This record gives sequence, structure tokens and C-alpha cells, in this order.
Amino acid sequence: MMTIEELQDIGRLEKEKQEGFRHRIHVCVAAGCLSCQSGLVKDALEKEVSRRGLESWCQVKGVGCLGLCSAGPLVSIEPDGVLYKGVEVSDASDILESLGGSPISRLECSLEQPFFRKREKIVLENCGKIDPESVEDYISENGYEALYTALRLMTPNEVVDQVVRSGLRGRGGAGFPTGLKWTTVAKAGGSIKFVVCNADEGDPGAFMDRSVLESDPHRVLEGMAIAAVAVGASYGFIYLRAEYPLAVKRIRTAIARAERLGVIGHNIFNTTFSFDVKVRLGAGAFVCGEETALLASIEGRRGSPRPRPPYPAEHGLWGYPTLINNVETFANIAPIIRKGGDWFASIGVGKSKGTKVFALAGHVKNTGLIEVPMGTSLRVIIYEIGGGIQGDRRFKAVQSGGPSGGCLPERFLDMSMDYESLAQAGSIMGSGGLIIMDESSCMVDVARFFVEFCMTESCGKCAPCRIGTAQIYNTLKKITEGEGKPSDLELLDELCDLVKNTSLCGLGQTAPNPVLSTMKYFLNEYKAHTDDHTCPSCACRMNNHAEEQK
Amino acid sequence: MRPPAFLQTALERDVHPVKVVTFKIDDRDVTAREDETILTVARQNGIFIPTLCHLEGLSERGACRLCLVEIKNSPRLAPACVTIPRQDMEVITNSERVQNYRKRILELILTERNHVCSVCVSNGRCDLQQLTVDLGITHVHYDYLYPKHEIDATHERFSIDHNRCVLCLRCVRVCDEIEGAHTWDIMSRGILSRVITDLNQPWGSSETCTGCGKCVHVCPTAALTEKGKSVAEMTKKRQFLPYLEMMRKEELR
Ligand SMILES: Cc1cc2nc3c(=O)[nH]c(=O)nc-3n(C[C@H](O)[C@H](O)[C@H](O)COP(=O)(O)O)c2cc1C
Ligand code: SF4
Ligand code: SF4
Ligand code: SF4
Ligand code: FES
Repeated sequence: MMTIEELQDIGRLEKEKQEGFRHRIHVCVAAGCLSCQSGLVKDALEKEVSRRGLESWCQVKGVGCLGLCSAGPLVSIEPDGVLYKGVEVSDASDILESLGGSPISRLECSLEQPFFRKREKIVLENCGKIDPESVEDYISENGYEALYTALRLMTPNEVVDQVVRSGLRGRGGAGFPTGLKWTTVAKAGGSIKFVVCNADEGDPGAFMDRSVLESDPHRVLEGMAIAAVAVGASYGFIYLRAEYPLAVKRIRTAIARAERLGVIGHNIFNTTFSFDVKVRLGAGAFVCGEETALLASIEGRRGSPRPRPPYPAEHGLWGYPTLINNVETFANIAPIIRKGGDWFASIGVGKSKGTKVFALAGHVKNTGLIEVPMGTSLRVIIYEIGGGIQGDRRFKAVQSGGPSGGCLPERFLDMSMDYESLAQAGSIMGSGGLIIMDESSCMVDVARFFVEFCMTESCGKCAPCRIGTAQIYNTLKKITEGEGKPSDLELLDELCDLVKNTSLCGLGQTAPNPVLSTMKYFLNEYKAHTDDHTCPSCACRMNNHAEEQK
Repeated sequence: MRPPAFLQTALERDVHPVKVVTFKIDDRDVTAREDETILTVARQNGIFIPTLCHLEGLSERGACRLCLVEIKNSPRLAPACVTIPRQDMEVITNSERVQNYRKRILELILTERNHVCSVCVSNGRCDLQQLTVDLGITHVHYDYLYPKHEIDATHERFSIDHNRCVLCLRCVRVCDEIEGAHTWDIMSRGILSRVITDLNQPWGSSETCTGCGKCVHVCPTAALTEKGKSVAEMTKKRQFLPYLEMMRKEELR
């Protein structure tokens, strides 16, 4: 049983406890840094602290993602605000030595660089700050306050209304207005409803959702619980990839701790409201991220999409009304309730409000997770935050939106990153993957790569996607191997149009995007392949063929 | 007893839910009950819409996409077999756009496996072949994929030739929904998908199969056949489906 006073007490005590330490050493223990041994670094630091008998002066805490994953393991020193990169076990003693003095210059990573300065954090506000395994730490950053407000001080309609006002749109891909979705589920009849969190994140290279779950799992739980209050649901599922064992562990821990405190589970905050959350593991099929396939998979059936309508909002899990949102969508909810829909709507541009988390990858200097206001230009993202192209080579294209997004050329560098502009340019926001390509990339080969992904991930249910993607792939393969002919381009155009317009689900409907966008913006590269049998970027295998023949 | 008017909702008092809608198919005025699809109404009115995965009496999948129709003022095409008409909707079944798409989809299906009609037991009696005639397909302008597929002839009376399968899953559905045996299922993804019996064991060793033959008779092609038929001999008998459907509905009454 939990009251607001108790909640605030927990938060205050935790804050006081932490502020009691003169130095706090935060070690990133999200998957990126863990994979470069940040766990050992944390152990070493802890050992060093106890060896020096500094336990009451200095706290060593594992925290979630600090963002600049390419420079891990990352360690930050609070309250001094110093960030160290590439920290090794052997650096532990130097770090402790330097506390209170001047930072170690060989490890220091400037927080003044645009990678950090240009960010605006809502979703990631606690990442790198709190211990993801401690519910008290989350509460000390106003955690579960929004749930209390939604449950005790607002009516469900008022909660939905704040989300509508915020202008928040789904972060899972399509950008559907979240408030409208909530309104629909709230209106759907019946006493049994479900709230489902889509944490399938199947796009290769994307790890926004994983990072949020690993770094700040309670934020997602709180968002789901607020949604449950708003739409009148009492059961929830988090559908998570089994390939994310750390996220699975953290979210399970989070559920257990939140239940113990009475902020999730039965009679939340001493009300009659109950919200029961369970984790379901996916086997990693990309198509299981599609909402109807995901629901089928939770029900224990083969994860293939079904025609919509009816939408899950009306006919979801076991036929009951179901609200399904993405991890990042839920992660925006608590701040919206805490600070109001209008506050959220003041960030961003046009019909794209708030921030977006992107996974910056490819040929840029700084790769990692960034959160920027909607409408930030690609140039700022690539050249300021990303630090420019590796080896200062020339920028060629950016692929946004995952395997079924589009590739945009240089002239879109100053375009604002928002749902409408991206769609107009022939790409999508998708879930937030951003792959930067330099001049050495062959766009035909890039298209072939992405289509191959969609082909192998097609569930095979509908004919156009199952067979069409295979035909598109074969044609592109032929072209990149120097066997293409000019008429293949017409054929590609026609196949893409067919698959896009006749496929059953979003996978097929968007699979042609990489081909269509590269054909639109880099047609000369295709022509070089089909007419002259050369690859201008020398990336395709046929150039090797030609050389071998010489 | 009816509550007084001021306690009734609008629905109870003055607005009554629609049970029958009128709409247009190809400029003809037609009527649908609330549970009828565009396809059902089109068939009632003798309007042709090609189908492959649909079979009266089985659940709908909306998967072959041959039944796509245009709906006026909607950018998206709709599969007629799973779309419920709305009042005043205008459905177009025969625009050049949908006719073209249907042809292309059928061509894709023809390229997927190995269909050689002249030597096929279903020649002249095949739903797929009939569709190529109905849609006026004279040649296929995509490359054939020529996959290598096997024949499972281990069952005493039937055999399956995956070279002729179009993955409509009628067999899976009839066996599960009508016979209740659930012998058939589907395995793998995308272009590698394949129907299987029991956890991918030879059909002949199946302990769930009752040997009823329903799968064979709903199969649109010569993928599922009775043994001992030679070229152009395999006729499919499907009268059992409407009969069973009718009898089961009776029972429920
Ligand atoms: C092939 C395919 C894969 C998808 N994968 C994901 C995914 O991994 N995560 C996700 O949140 N949404 C995914 N979606 C989008 C979901 O279907 C759905 O729109 C989303 O979960 C809704 O949440 P939102 O409104 O919060 O974005 C996918 C869609 C398609 C067509
Ligand atoms: S579009 Fe592709 S993934 Fe979607 S249902 Fe059809 S075959 Fe399956
Ligand atoms: S013969 Fe009958 S039981 Fe056997 S697989 Fe076919 S439909 Fe199922
Ligand atoms: S075997 Fe026949 S009925 Fe079964 S999926 Fe293949 S074509 Fe359809
Ligand atoms: S008959 Fe409608 S999709 Fe196959």
C-alpha cells in the first residue's frame, strides 16, 4: 500500500542518501558499454573505493546508457559533471586519485561537444543518471508521481485529453496520433481491455527501445500504467525480444520491485485500480513487431499479420480492445502528465511534437543514441552531433526508418526531421534508425541489402510480398553482379509499385522504399550498372569480375 | 420493461444501429447485411471478383490479394473477401488499376513454383489455370524462380506435390476447422514457406490424419491429389463444404 506521502518520502530519502556522498561515480551498464567490459570497470572502481576505505564518501553506481556508445565504457563523475571515455580496469585507481582535483585529461570526454550540447532529453532524461535496478532512484527523479496524479487527481478523460493535447505520435513507425488511439480504446466497450507495449525492435542496428528498457525500465511501466488508467484496462503485456536478455532482466526486476511497492499490480495507490503486467518473449522475427502479428504471437499463434480493420483498438488480444504502443511512446507519457500536454506540444515542429531518439550509425564519427527535438536538421545531426563523416570523406546518403525506409541524398541535409517532411521526401521516420553512408557506398547494393532483409523476414502469408520481394531481390542481385539490362529498371519500378500497393501488412507495403528512393535519387548509379556494367562506387562485385578478366 | 425515455441512451431511444446497408458495386445499387463482405454481395449479384485463398465455408485470410478492389475516395485497395461494406460506399471491381494488379499478382504466383499444365493431373480442372483464363494472362513477364521441391507420396491414398502449391492454406484450414484434425500447418517464412503435415513428418506416418480427403478436395491446384490419377483426371469435389456448413448452422439453431 502506498500513499503520495510515502512515495515522496522514498524519493526524498534516496536523494538525501545520494547527496550524502561527496563523489558519485556513474558507470554505464547498458548493453553497449557492458559489451566492452564496463561491468569489470565498475567492480574495479568498487574495489578501489573499499581498498581506500572511502565507502561513506564515494558511491559507485551502475547507470543506463550515457549515449556515446562508440566511446565506451563511459564513466561520469557527479556532481562535478566530468565524463570519461574508454575507461579500463587499470584506470580505477587514477580516477579515485583525481576525485576532488582536476579531471584526468587522457580520459576526459568533453561534454561541451555538440553530441551532448545539442541533445534535448525527455525520453532519456534519466538515462545515465539513475540506477535502472533501483525503483527508489527512479522515484527520486519524480518517478510514479504522474501515475499518482493520473489515478487520484484526474479523470481518465482528462488523462486522454492531455495526451491528445501533447500531439504525441507513435514512435514505433507509422506515427499514428497516440491521443486518438487512446480515445478509441477508451471508447471501446467491455470491461476487459489490454495495454501492450511493443518492444520487439526488429530493425537491424536500432537499439533505442532496448536502451530505454535497460536504462530506465520504470518509465515504461509508469507510461503503461497511466495508459491503463486512461483507457480502463487492467492487464498489460510487454512483448520483448528474447535477444535482449539484459532488458528482459531489468524489466522483470522493475515489475517485481514496483509490485512490492504497490505502484503496479493490485490496488495501486490504495485505489480499486489494478494493473497486472507480464513479459512475453518474442523469437526475433521482424514481422512480429507488426501489431496484429505481435498480438497473435502473444496468444501463442504463428506470428503473421492479419488484415486490418478491425484494428486492435477494437479487436485485439483474444478479441478484446487492446491499446498497443511502442516503448518510446510510453516513455513520453509520464513527463506529459507531469508537465502537461501543452508543454510537450511546445517542443518540435508542425505536426511532429516532442523529441525523437535516433540510433546514429554508419560512416559518422560519433555513433550512438541521440535524442533531439523533432525538426532538427540532418546537417545538425550528422555534422554537429555526429561529428561529420569518418575520414572526412564525402557524405552520400542517409537511410532513415530502418530496412524499409528510404535513402535520401545530400540535398536533403537541411530538411527538418519530422514525419511529414520525411514522408514527402520518400522516406519514413520509422523507429529512428539513421544510417549514414559515405561516397564509398553503392546505392544499388544498399537497396539490394535492405530488400534482402525484407525478403527473408517476410512472413510469406500474402503473395505480393512473399514472391514480389524475392523477384525484386533477384533483379537487384543480377544488376549488382553486372548482369543487368536497361529494361530491368522498368521491371523494378513496376514490381515495387505492385508490392507497395497490394501487400497485406506494413512490411510488404514499405519493403520497396529503399529501392524506390534510390532509383529516384541515384538513377545514374543504376544506369551505370545496367547500361555500362560498372559500379561508380566500386562496391559491387562485378568490378572485381572485370579486373579478374583483364 | 422499458425504462422511461429520459433514462434511455440515444441508441435505445431514437438512433437504431444499422443492420443492412446499401452501397454500390460498379455503379450498381446493392444491399448487404451487417455481416456480409463485399465479396459475398458481389457474388450474390453475379459480379465477378477473382479469389484464390477464399473458399466458402472456411475462415478468411485475405492473403492472396487477388480479390483487391478499389473504393472510391480511398487511396488504399481493399481485399473484397474481408472487407465489410459501409453505407453509400462505392466499390469498383474492374478498373484498369485493379485488373492490372491482379494480373501481376497471379503472374508472380505462377513464377513461384513449377506449374506445367500440359503434364498435370489437374489440367483443365484447376482453379489456378481457370484464373489465368479469367484474368486473360497470356504470358508471364517475370523470371521463373524454378525452386526445387519434393513430392510426399507416403500417404496410402493421397500425395502432395509442393511444386504445385500456391500456399493458399485451404488445406490447413479445412483440416483444422472442418475435420478438426489439424494435421496441416505451415513452416518457415517468406519464399521458403511450405505446408507440412504433423511437425514436418511424412504424411503417411501421420497419426492425426483421418484420411478424410477434405484437404485434397479443397486444394485449388494439383498440389494435393488422389493417387493413381493421370494427366487431367483429378476432379475436386467440394459439395461437402456448403452441406456441412448448412448442417452445422441447423444444429446451432
Ligand atoms: C513489419 C513491421 C515491423 C514493426 N516492428 C515494430 C517494432 O519493432 N516496434 C514497434 O514499436 N513497432 C513496430 N511496428 C509498428 C507496429 O505495428 C505498431 O504500429 C506500433 O507498435 C504502434 O505503436 P505506436 O503507435 O506507439 O508507434 C512494426 C510494423 C511493421 C509493419
Ligand atoms: S506483407 Fe509480407 S510480412 Fe506482411 S503479411 Fe504479407 S507476406 Fe507477411
Ligand atoms: S485427409 Fe483429412 S485429416 Fe488428413 S490431412 Fe487431409 S483434411 Fe486432414
Ligand atoms: S497444398 Fe493446396 S490447399 Fe494446401 S496450401 Fe498448397 S495449394 Fe493450398
Ligand atoms: S480471396 Fe481475398 S485475399 Fe485471397
